[in-house]
Amino acid sequence: MEGPLAVVVGILIATGVYLMLARDLLHYLFGLVLISNAANLAIFIAGRLTRASPPLIPEGQEAPQIVVANPLPQALILTAIVIGFGLLAFALALIAQVYRELGTLDVDRMRIAEPVRPKRKKSL
Amino acid sequence: MNSIILQTATRVLVALILVFSVYMLLRGHNYPGGGFIAGLIAASAFALFAMAWGMEAAQSALRIPPGNLAVSGVALAGLSGLMAIFYGDGPFSGQWLTLIGAKEEDGIVISNVLFFDIGVYLTVLGAVLTLIFALEEAS
Amino acid sequence: MESAGDTESRNGDRKTPGKWISLLAPIPPALIALSLLYHLPDISAGREFSFGFTWVSELDVSFRFYIDGLSFLFALLISGIGFFITIYAAEYLRGNPLLRRFFLYLYLFMIGMLGLVLASDLITLFVFWEVTTVASYLLIGFNHASAVARRSALQALLVTALGGLCLLTAFLLLGEISGSYDLQALLTKGEQVRASSLYIPVLLLVLIGAFSKSAQLPFHFWLPNAMAAPTPVSAYLHSATMVKAGIYLLARLHPVLAHTEYWEWILTCTGIATAAVAAIAALRQTDLKLALAYTTVIALGTITMFLGSDASAAVAAAITFLLVHSFYKAALFMVVGIIDRQTGTRDLTKLHGLAKLLPLAFIAALASALSMAGFPPFLGFIGKELKYEGALAVASEPALVGTAAIFANAVTVTVAGMVAIKPFFGPPPVDISCIQRAPPGLWISPLVLSAFGLTFGLAPDLIGGGLVEPALTSILGLPETIDLKLWHGINVPLLMSIFTFVFGVFMYLKLKQLRSWLNWDFTHAPTNADVLWDKSLEYLKSFAALQTRILQNGIMRRYLTVIFVTLSLALSYALLHTGQFSLEFVWPNLNLKEWAAVLLTVGGTFTAGAASRPLVAICALGALGVGITLIYLFFGAPDVAITQILVETLYLVLIAAILPRLPVFSRSKKVRFRPRDAVLGGIVGLLITVSILVVLQTPFESPVSEFYKEAAVPEAHGRNIVNVILVDFRALDTFGEIIVVFTAAIAAVTLLGHQLRRGKQ
Repeated sequence: MEGPLAVVVGILIATGVYLMLARDLLHYLFGLVLISNAANLAIFIAGRLTRASPPLIPEGQEAPQIVVANPLPQALILTAIVIGFGLLAFALALIAQVYRELGTLDVDRMRIAEPVRPKRKKSL
Repeated sequence: MNSIILQTATRVLVALILVFSVYMLLRGHNYPGGGFIAGLIAASAFALFAMAWGMEAAQSALRIPPGNLAVSGVALAGLSGLMAIFYGDGPFSGQWLTLIGAKEEDGIVISNVLFFDIGVYLTVLGAVLTLIFALEEAS
Repeated sequence: MESAGDTESRNGDRKTPGKWISLLAPIPPALIALSLLYHLPDISAGREFSFGFTWVSELDVSFRFYIDGLSFLFALLISGIGFFITIYAAEYLRGNPLLRRFFLYLYLFMIGMLGLVLASDLITLFVFWEVTTVASYLLIGFNHASAVARRSALQALLVTALGGLCLLTAFLLLGEISGSYDLQALLTKGEQVRASSLYIPVLLLVLIGAFSKSAQLPFHFWLPNAMAAPTPVSAYLHSATMVKAGIYLLARLHPVLAHTEYWEWILTCTGIATAAVAAIAALRQTDLKLALAYTTVIALGTITMFLGSDASAAVAAAITFLLVHSFYKAALFMVVGIIDRQTGTRDLTKLHGLAKLLPLAFIAALASALSMAGFPPFLGFIGKELKYEGALAVASEPALVGTAAIFANAVTVTVAGMVAIKPFFGPPPVDISCIQRAPPGLWISPLVLSAFGLTFGLAPDLIGGGLVEPALTSILGLPETIDLKLWHGINVPLLMSIFTFVFGVFMYLKLKQLRSWLNWDFTHAPTNADVLWDKSLEYLKSFAALQTRILQNGIMRRYLTVIFVTLSLALSYALLHTGQFSLEFVWPNLNLKEWAAVLLTVGGTFTAGAASRPLVAICALGALGVGITLIYLFFGAPDVAITQILVETLYLVLIAAILPRLPVFSRSKKVRFRPRDAVLGGIVGLLITVSILVVLQTPFESPVSEFYKEAAVPEAHGRNIVNVILVDFRALDTFGEIIVVFTAAIAAVTLLGHQLRRGKQ
């Protein structure tokens, strides 16, 4: 059951890496989305999959009587998704700002901090 | 977007979604739901409102600046966590208080955990709305 | 100093520190020295003190101090000389607006030195060692407006910090060998350390540390440069502190590391070479302060040379000479400071006839110089006799050590003449009117210190039994007795003394010829360590620039490529290293709806990867989000599924909001397929898949999850276990996470708001 999902994670990562290496910043962002989804899914798989019930306890019982899904990775992923959202929203704001300032989304042309050929000073 | 159908429908829908978000928040401890989910639901309600009526309308409908909402959420969560210290426990450990009735089963139970979840709800709502408004405003 | 003071006073209306600081400053060192003296009888009787507390119990590191004969001697010197230095400095730097800062640095330095010599734990010792390094940097660079001072300070910092790093390594190794960082425990385990296979590395590292601090060859060059410091600092650093730290370390670890041929030969040869090089350099100087600085290097070389031996006479010579040297060297530096301050020059060729103008300084100089030259009845004479005795006692090479000692002492005699005779005798200076008499604050300290030299010379028992013997006992481990006296009868050391004196006086008289003979240019010689130092710094800088150009090339895609390649290599290494794992293909038993979710995800992923138009990519991302949501839903995670779908929705809203601002609709550009990136992505993806499969093959145990399942209702009164974990069991984590979300929002607003505000302008 986990096998095909591990392959799905691999595909997500592969595509994410491919997109992140693009020159277009928007592609980079899409790659980031894919990789963060892949990471969540990987944690989910590592906690083992089960088709059983969600980790809820029926009313009046002290503990789950039947096999339920592993709650721990779910708690981890849940917050990770929300934080990932914050990260991506911030990245979007950054991209919007970068475009406003530089007029391009081509990462190869963003060379303000590290100019193409730094002038060497003779004496430091 | 100036769709009359959307605008009319939104008025009703937003109210319904907000009520639903509170419902999801409160039942979160026992059924699927909780602060994160409820916060996201409420945020999507305002996002919908903003799409139909525009950002300024959404902001005035919210009344409170979303940043303040987020701050108060963090503060509420933090305080409810610190509350446990007064009961002699470590911070962020659950404290339960039964208001009416001798036994937990038939009384109204109040806990700092609930307030913590409300804090999460407010923070997520406030932060997400801050992001949406900021990005919309900038464009 | 003056220039620094001027700029400071011009800059602000800062008040010049008042008189109270010169009154208060000497009090702390005086109190320390007095409380140490109070315990002198105990120390003489062989008692030891220990105090402190446990610092890091997990690492067996304690903040513990320990006073035995050796550390007592050093602590007394540090606080005692420190007392005189503070009196002198308060007067010397009178009117300097940075006087408070100066005393802050000086006290920091003093604390560092005291902690260093008293520490009974290797790690504590190292911490204080570094404190002295940092404080000496601040002190040497005190005239921060001067480029020379800054360079010298940085040089001292780098050289001694390099030694410090070696020392830390050595201490960690010593801790490994002996099983404890406790110095007292270590001292009893000398045999074990010497037998260890790590003995040679430990020895070399300790020696690099000690030699760099004590300015031994090849690290000697920083000390003369450190003369850029104000004179009180030089006097302090050179007489009782900084440079003696390395000596202290050698003496302290003598029981542990000595008694081997390596120790003996390295120390003896380094000491002799240092003394010889410094002696030649000292003769060439016309700057009084520099000449004195080189005699310090000579003295340090001599002490190192004697510490190489394990003969008790040699070690006794080293310790006694150390004490003697502290007195006269501090006094002489202070006298040079007086001359410099009152006449404005330290150039030997320009100074003459100052005896009448600075009579008390002259007396102090003469007394100290006689002690330095080893003239009876001064303490220096006893020191020198002991040195010759010690040299003859060195088992391996008495002739070599003896010759070196004679040469070093002869040069010292010459420099003593340069300092005490040349400036004071001869015709009076021309511009006599502008030379003022020195105030008492300046001459009192050197005078008292030189008086010590005479007093202890006449009554050597005052220091012999009380100070030197316990220190010797600490080093050699056996109760030692030492008989310090002036007259030993006519013997070999006395004859050597007389020869030394004659030789030194001869060199003084022939100084001009000697100097012109020595004056072939050293500065262009390739062996000049100072030049080498500059060169190596230059190379370091250009190497840094080169590797920055290669690694920090400013192309983000290359950075990412490096990151992903590194990740792949690390993963492959980990996978290969784990060894056995079998990947066998089993047809997955997914049902139809699960296949649908998986296909939706994969299809969305590929479409997003191949999409040439952003809008297509965004739709594909939506599809893939739905696919992942379904996967969560099918495998028992409704909470996660709800969150995922909500986030997907909001994300689409955000992108829709931002898209009009971006150049996505303006041109339909053809996205070229990049095979190299695709291969890299494929490799990373494949490795991740394999890693997950390997992880899945390990047996699964989750006591934490089981605990949460069991405890959710009884302890947290909640039936949604995921939510209970979030808001109760791991509430602190959740709190951190909402703060992160909050921060992201604030950051985005700040980022965009910044632009908004600028737009309005």
